[in-house]
Amino acid sequence: MKTTYSIGVAAALCATSALAETPVLNVMTYDSFVSDWGPGPAVEAAFEEVCGCDLVFTGAGDGAALLARLQLEGKGTEADIVLGLDTNLTAAARETGLFAPHGVSADLDLPIAWDDPEFLPFDWGYFAFVGNAGEDAVTSLRALAESDTKILIQDPRSSTPGLGLLMWVKAAYGDDAAGVWADLADNIVTVTPGWSEAYGLFLEGEADAVLSYTTSPAYHLIAEEDDSKVTWAFDEGHYMQVEVAGKLAGTDQSELADQFLAFMVSDGFQSIIPTTNWMYPAKVPADGLPDGFDTLVTPETALLLSADDAAAARDAALEEWRAALSQ
Amino acid sequence: MARGLVAVINRLPAWLAMALVLGLTFGTLAAVAARAELGRGVSSADWAAVRFTITQAIASALISVALAVPAARALARRSFRGRRALITLMGAPFLLPVIVAVLGLLAVFGRGGVLNGALAALGFPQISIYGFWGVVLAHVFFNLPLAVRLILQGWQAIPAERFRLTASLNGSVFRLLEVPMLARVVPGALLVVFLICLTSFAVALTLGGGPRATTVELAIYQAIQFDFDLGRAALLACIQFALGLSAAFVAWQVTPSQGMGRGLDRIVQRWDKGSVGFDALALTFATVFLALPLLMVLLRGAPGLFDMPNAVWAAAGRSVIVAVASAVLCVALALALAMRGGVAVSVVGVLPLAASGLVMGTGLFVLVYPFVSPRSVALPVTVLVNAALALPFAVRAIAPAVADAKRDYGRLSASLGLRGWDLLRIVVIPRARRPLGFAAGLAAALSMGDLGVITLFAGDAQETLPLTMYRLMGSYQMEAAAGAGLLLLALSLALFWLCDQGGRRDADT
Repeated sequence: MKTTYSIGVAAALCATSALAETPVLNVMTYDSFVSDWGPGPAVEAAFEEVCGCDLVFTGAGDGAALLARLQLEGKGTEADIVLGLDTNLTAAARETGLFAPHGVSADLDLPIAWDDPEFLPFDWGYFAFVGNAGEDAVTSLRALAESDTKILIQDPRSSTPGLGLLMWVKAAYGDDAAGVWADLADNIVTVTPGWSEAYGLFLEGEADAVLSYTTSPAYHLIAEEDDSKVTWAFDEGHYMQVEVAGKLAGTDQSELADQFLAFMVSDGFQSIIPTTNWMYPAKVPADGLPDGFDTLVTPETALLLSADDAAAARDAALEEWRAALSQ
Repeated sequence: MARGLVAVINRLPAWLAMALVLGLTFGTLAAVAARAELGRGVSSADWAAVRFTITQAIASALISVALAVPAARALARRSFRGRRALITLMGAPFLLPVIVAVLGLLAVFGRGGVLNGALAALGFPQISIYGFWGVVLAHVFFNLPLAVRLILQGWQAIPAERFRLTASLNGSVFRLLEVPMLARVVPGALLVVFLICLTSFAVALTLGGGPRATTVELAIYQAIQFDFDLGRAALLACIQFALGLSAAFVAWQVTPSQGMGRGLDRIVQRWDKGSVGFDALALTFATVFLALPLLMVLLRGAPGLFDMPNAVWAAAGRSVIVAVASAVLCVALALALAMRGGVAVSVVGVLPLAASGLVMGTGLFVLVYPFVSPRSVALPVTVLVNAALALPFAVRAIAPAVADAKRDYGRLSASLGLRGWDLLRIVVIPRARRPLGFAAGLAAALSMGDLGVITLFAGDAQETLPLTMYRLMGSYQMEAAAGAGLLLLALSLALFWLCDQGGRRDADT
């Protein structure tokens, strides 16, 4: 009896000391980041090599679901880092009061200046319509609205690209946005709940183009050696998606979290991003971008509403969108 | 005293089943409501969603059942090669994950689909599937087979002796047997299809063409994920329950209660053959409508099947385990409820169908989170929820057979002193084998294809097959995703077939 007891205690002690030796860093992110084809596995391996810790990614649905999940968990959240919010969500994220300053001053390669004290970008991209090579490219949102071109978009209420397009039209046309949406209504084949459905339908030939990113053709080019997909450069400029991570104020691994954020904007992390998340790295690694990225459309104008402007515009813009497309 | 204890133990499973269903439906709703802060309340856009939801659900239910009656009648009175295979195939659409089915449908009816290709070749104008009728088409595709099965069971419950008697009286089978049977079965079938369409979300949005096709479930999704307005989500979930329960009340009111009585389980012989042409037409239509999109799933998936990452096979293994576990649990609970009978059965047969999947998942998350890591209970929770979600179908399938067995053999059993497990083993289970097998198959297959709570709970290495499929699609791996979709279809069908066949073995005696 006594032996069993002491073995039990010894086992418990071993377990605690093992835990003490390898601290765990919990990172909450979106699903496609953690999948086998996403950046997750490679990032985990690279960071664990230098941190002497156990990096655990938790997928919490798609990007739009991430913030809701964090709000649901509230102060009691296990997560030390939330990775994968975009600038359309950061104002609401900041309002939760759950985030701490990131304290990293990195020289980022974004087309815009970045000075957010709480959220640090890890990658970015331009929203764009992806069409088939050889077909007539459309050259602006306005021209698209006036054409017979058929497009697939995502619902802004359930998907981050969908919300991105809402902000794109708002940033480009301001008070005329409702009119643009009214003209776009007959071009829209359908509105899908998420990016995957829309992109899947596009590949099945359901429309001429789909709302995605300027980097999407890079996937087909690099991973499938297929150059049949192109993006359309629009005169109004392209709205950006900047994906950020933040450190939670309630973390019990504050130093490790700081170490991760610093690692996040270093080559070890950034060189993984382009061919796994198919986005531009926030800080171009020393080796530069992979071959194929040089063929991508680079918009002349980058559009982005500040986090506060995006939050302020959101509900009214959504109502305009809903009204225009419900006619 | 001992007798009282036995009575309590006998009732315990039914109470557990009731508690589970109430906890998962109203309990999770209360958990969400308890976390709510003052929100905006229900907006006019939400009311538009309510109207759209009701309209499409009614249209889908009416059309599904209207098409199902002739098909079920043809299946009931004809025997032909491949009849069993056809009945199994009928299970397929209902079991498919939404996105797989939608892509299959679009390969036939979409802008780049077979139908429009044929129309273009013949010089006809293109048709567009997107809009209200696209939603209804997809819902009929999903639910026609289920309606056929539910109505077919009505035909199979008519004892052979009734047909013999009707024939010897030279009476009309249609008027004397089929109309009263349909009056008993059709309201229930309408109700089930209505309830399934009530909580539709991805189908309605994807094929509906835009925000016009917003359903209540999507409004709930928006309230939780986009606005984090849990109060509004809870309100909308209440509206959804109210709609479901009102529909159920109407269905109960119009359903006559008397059954067909007992027979000697002879093989049914039919002397009325009716129009072969009509039956052939009904079956051909149903088969082509259901099989073409499935064929497309097969064709799209086959190339990807050999080039899927190992993670897919691991996920498939997990999904099978979850499916079998939830089927066993579901059938046990359904049997317990059916033995108890009464209002409980009717209520349980409706509530889980009218529940919002997202509110259920969120509520469970809120309940579980303070105590254990959601990741550590992901698979058990999935089993539990899947069992509860399949319970309405299982109860609906099993309860009539159990009630008939109890009514027809209750006195005999009582006089022989059969109670509890013995009563189940000797009297009830043999008499309810067919619906039991059907219910187990349906529960297993539904669980295979379900992508509900697992999205909120799953951590590393806990993905089920549907979740893996979605994650593949989210990483540009469309071909592998199509392969995973095909694997999912094959596994669901296999599980369904195994259970269903197990229930039918020697059941025609």
